[in-house]
Amino acid sequence: MMRASPARIALYAISALVLVYLILPVLIIAPISFSSARFLTFPPPSFSLRWYQQYFANPAWMQATRVTLTVAFLTVLIATPCGVAAAYAISQSKLRIMRIIHMALLLPLVVPIIITAVGIFFVYAKVGLVATLPGLVLANVMLGLPYVVISVLAGLQSFDPAQEMVARSLGMNRLRSFFAVTLPQVKSSVVAGGIFAFISAMDETIVALFISGGQYQPLTKRMFTALRDEIDPTIAAISTLMTAASFMLVLLASARQKRAG
Amino acid sequence: MATSMPDPSQKHQRREHGLMLALVSPALLVILALIVLPVGWLAWQSIYHDGFTLENYRRVFTEDIYWRSFALTFEISLAVTVISLLLGYPVAYLANAVPKGWSILILALVVLPFWTSVLVRAYAWLALLQRTGVINQLLRYLDVISEPLALVHNTFGTVIATVHILLPFMVLPLYATMQKIPGDLMQAGASLGASPSLTFVRVFLPLSLPGVLAGCTMVFVLCLGFYITPELLGGGRTVMVSMLVSRNVELYNQFGAASAVAVVLLLSVLAIFFVVSRFISLDRVLGQK
Repeated sequence: MMRASPARIALYAISALVLVYLILPVLIIAPISFSSARFLTFPPPSFSLRWYQQYFANPAWMQATRVTLTVAFLTVLIATPCGVAAAYAISQSKLRIMRIIHMALLLPLVVPIIITAVGIFFVYAKVGLVATLPGLVLANVMLGLPYVVISVLAGLQSFDPAQEMVARSLGMNRLRSFFAVTLPQVKSSVVAGGIFAFISAMDETIVALFISGGQYQPLTKRMFTALRDEIDPTIAAISTLMTAASFMLVLLASARQKRAG
Repeated sequence: MATSMPDPSQKHQRREHGLMLALVSPALLVILALIVLPVGWLAWQSIYHDGFTLENYRRVFTEDIYWRSFALTFEISLAVTVISLLLGYPVAYLANAVPKGWSILILALVVLPFWTSVLVRAYAWLALLQRTGVINQLLRYLDVISEPLALVHNTFGTVIATVHILLPFMVLPLYATMQKIPGDLMQAGASLGASPSLTFVRVFLPLSLPGVLAGCTMVFVLCLGFYITPELLGGGRTVMVSMLVSRNVELYNQFGAASAVAVVLLLSVLAIFFVVSRFISLDRVLGQK
């Protein structure tokens, strides 16, 4: 099957180059962040932690980090239960309107984010939610919901609703049977959906550019502004930390999903 | 669906429906308040300003700057889609052809950048492509060039970085489609005397077309609304539609014009989804991520 024909060799060569292209930018950031040089030089002249020190010593960056983490945690706390309840209803109900509701819940993935961002900005300006923490959290809940719904719906697909019927026929009420029978079986999907919502909130930039301000600016907004002005290796240090956090969360989520089968 | 129950009483069924609607309502409320209402607001604002007016749309369709921006956005999106397909197809093909362990490795490398923030990757591309960046330093060190090349702060840099971000959206549907092509079909072609390239062109390629369509749709549509990458890597000259929207809001306070541009962009996206849905199921397009 795998003969070394010219076409084969070309296939391997092109694929290898494309994979290098995909990985290179991800790999280049960490060495820059550990370099002592003010300007980008590669290979880095000597090892240094000064950009990490600058990050941790800067009150503005620290405040932005606190905002990002607060928003991400609150987003997960709100989006996960809402998403689970919605996914459960969509999978169990035979109401025809559920199909439309299902599609509506996926809207944040379909509408270009710049449009959503400007729209939210106009609405927030009317109700006074611009540059507030609740405003930022609510927007991220909306953006994170599809991830929870998709993940939990996939988990519920392999779940047999008859099991819950059995529990109820044995005298459990609806709520108890859900928590005792259904939820444990889709727990992994719920956790994975929550983790994706967390990452989505942590990385979200465009909506934050429009609606956040003052002391409630997340890390991504400050990074964006900094990148527009000048290239400061402090950004490399922050990027390295953010990427490490994302990867650990994704590994956690995929380990969860694998266990779910 | 297959669980057949004795017909419950009307009252019970109504209570069941009520419960399900109650469960879905918090999520639905968030969606209605934070995406349906804002987008509706934009649409309203684009046609109403102290009375109905089509002035904003007249500007979008007649003024040069708007036209150029829309044309540029479609051109860049088309280029990004074609390049993504050319780069993504071989990778998906290889991942499909090699043994399981290797294909997992290839797919892991494809989705790895997926989980790196777009902002972080914009920074990485700046570090790689700028005048004093890694690539230019390397080329000068190797004496390939004497003057640094302008690789970024232009359309070239924007396209390179955008393809990088959107490539996974091409590879994943391609791979999913190729997985479903039965291997014996290729063997049948070979046993009937067709050369490997002929079986590829006549059998494999046509069967992979739904994946091509799904991947191209996703990449094209996502690219139409791209903001961060062109803003940071385009150097101010590559004004895509998304930047037109943001500048009209942030710099010029032209809310009506910004809304009209946003509405035209959204309608373009929806029209593309609608046309594509005549050929393949939209689940296939939106299935990833």
